[in-house]
Amino acid sequence: MQLRLWGAALAVTCLTAITGTAQAGPTLDAIKGRGQLFCGVNAGLPGFSNPDSQGKWTGLDADTCRAVAAAVLGDANKIRFTPLSAQQRLTAVQTGEIDLLARNTTWTLTRDAQGLNFAPTTYFDGQGLMVPKSLGVTSAKQLDGATVCVQMGTTTELNLSDWFRTHNLSFKPVVIEALDEVNAAYFAGRCDVMTADISALAGTRATVAPKPDDHLILPEVLSKEPLGPVVRHGDDQWRDIVTWTIYALIEAEEKGITAANVDEKLKDADPVVQRLLGVQGDMGPLLGLDKQWAYRAIKAVGNYGEIFNRNVGKGSPLKLDRGLNALWTNGGLMYAPPIR
Amino acid sequence: MQLSDKTVNKPGAPRARHLTLSLNNPTIRAILWQIGLGLVVILAGWYLAGNTMANLARLSIASGFGFLDRESGVQIGESLIATGPRDSYGDIFIVGLLNTLKVSGVGIVLATILGVLLGMARLSSNWLVARFAATYVEAVRNVPLLLQLFIWYALLTEGLPGPRQAEPLIPGVDIFLSNRGLKFPAPADDPVWAWVAVLFAVGVLATLAISAWNRKRQLSTGQRLPMTPIGLGLILGLPLAFLALSGGGAMDVPVLQGFNFRGGMTLSPEFAALLFGLTLYTAAFIGEIVRSGILAVPKGQTEAATALGLSRSTAMRLVILPQALRVIIPPTTSQFLNLTKNSSLAVAIGYPDFVAVANTAINQTGQAVEGVLSIMIVYLVISLALSAFMNWYNRRVALVER
Repeated sequence: MQLRLWGAALAVTCLTAITGTAQAGPTLDAIKGRGQLFCGVNAGLPGFSNPDSQGKWTGLDADTCRAVAAAVLGDANKIRFTPLSAQQRLTAVQTGEIDLLARNTTWTLTRDAQGLNFAPTTYFDGQGLMVPKSLGVTSAKQLDGATVCVQMGTTTELNLSDWFRTHNLSFKPVVIEALDEVNAAYFAGRCDVMTADISALAGTRATVAPKPDDHLILPEVLSKEPLGPVVRHGDDQWRDIVTWTIYALIEAEEKGITAANVDEKLKDADPVVQRLLGVQGDMGPLLGLDKQWAYRAIKAVGNYGEIFNRNVGKGSPLKLDRGLNALWTNGGLMYAPPIR
Repeated sequence: MQLSDKTVNKPGAPRARHLTLSLNNPTIRAILWQIGLGLVVILAGWYLAGNTMANLARLSIASGFGFLDRESGVQIGESLIATGPRDSYGDIFIVGLLNTLKVSGVGIVLATILGVLLGMARLSSNWLVARFAATYVEAVRNVPLLLQLFIWYALLTEGLPGPRQAEPLIPGVDIFLSNRGLKFPAPADDPVWAWVAVLFAVGVLATLAISAWNRKRQLSTGQRLPMTPIGLGLILGLPLAFLALSGGGAMDVPVLQGFNFRGGMTLSPEFAALLFGLTLYTAAFIGEIVRSGILAVPKGQTEAATALGLSRSTAMRLVILPQALRVIIPPTTSQFLNLTKNSSLAVAIGYPDFVAVANTAINQTGQAVEGVLSIMIVYLVISLALSAFMNWYNRRVALVER
């Protein structure tokens, strides 16, 4: 672990020093040239990116990578997944080590301004607090003097101390580098509270907790955490491709196009569907891709709703509600600008 | 170089001209090579630094150490000084540095004591003791330290009860051991404790003075006073007697309140796990160094000491160890440095050492180059200071022998 951290640190110094200028060429050409998309993901976050028993990456973030690979390269499997720690991830994008970071990364001004660009949010999350039910706590305001387990190198660390400071409560943090160790410390009772994004807490509760029913996620939401893919600053074409691939998945849900019926939908009379699937218009070529980019992405991973349900929604162990992540037509925040 | 001067200078030719101008002169060539190499190193450094700065600017990553003055907003779990989210990044760096020094300092002292005992135990004539020490050394030094830290941390957090279930360790005394750490009463703000501290210092100074006088007396008369009881009486007896007479000072006692104990002093599980891991691991190496040092002293020295009528322990203390120290000190210095650097594994088990704090700062500010540079400078300074001290001590020990 320590080695990896130093590796990341060295990568910053060396890569920015030596190869920084060599990576200036358009990302799209580089990906097509090597025939593979380099995608950075979380090393293990159930529902977002987590290797299954066969070693295949599953989750909402992994599927985002697949959709982009299908749109750009025509094959959703031409991806090299790189598991990254919270500290390594931003440097990995900045240095060009990966083309796309889909690793539950919160969109903030500081990050956006410092050499990164954010694609549309794929999951609207918020930071929450999980406590054992045996503690008898029902609100975060009762947590004065509590010990809180938190992972190092996340916005969570700062939100936590901001929230306790605002509410004039004291707390003691236990900050650990690896998520596994944070979980272990919490379930061992080292901490009264564990904090992370609510989706991550739900994932931990569903898959790691010895008895999921013994733990309660408190109603307070400490922060806004819009999670989305990240690309390097300075390659607008590549950013557009990632952005519109995600919008295509959202638009597909709105238009009822699924992985199963996308072939039939090619014959749909709706001009919006025809433009999206490349039957008409030149949407793909405008992005530097071919006409079938969105068709292939949808065919490979399904629309946004399918991705959500399969990985974090009712069809998954996490059983999260759509909530803010419902389509705008259903009172959520998922809204794709017109594809025309 | 003087030799080559001679070969170049032809007889009769003026000596100075050859030395200043000729490229055939190896001395001149050597100097030119040195200058050339120096320039290449400087230019390479200049290029790397300049390129890094340019790339950082291109990627809109801020550089410089200005962030040290900014408010961090981060709460640090444990600290030797008062700390809070209003502290600047510079302040929390100091908190982290002190935590690193705390665990390394205590670790070095404990590892040395345990290591010396282990080294002597391996040479013991008692079969059981020697075997036990050998097994310990082989088992502990062959398991990666990170794994040992995880084991200790898991034992301390999983094995101990929660704070609400914790019972006093000794009935009636407010010392609690739970998975939140060891809580024990600490002296509260009370003038009595100031006097106790003063008396303690007086006791230490008096003991030093008496033992110096005692040494002189022994050299001139051959008689010596029993220093151990005198020293103990002065250093511990004096403050304790005062405490008993004044009726004791106020104590800050840990009380269970809400989620945890409030008040008193805490030894956190993170600190304890790191300290145990570092101490036990390094002690195994120091034990082997001590053993090799003792074995390096010729057997004749032991026999001579025995012939003079010294007991085994006196011979060890006055004859063997002083000579063995010359062999022991240099490799032990490396072990001390290793222990200090290994303390950075703290990030894995949540002890807020310097690396952990710097990592947090890097993540919040995005200034990885400055953060990593700070880490490098801090460890370099600690290591250089430690080895300077150990080298000084080594010279002192070496001189005594001659």
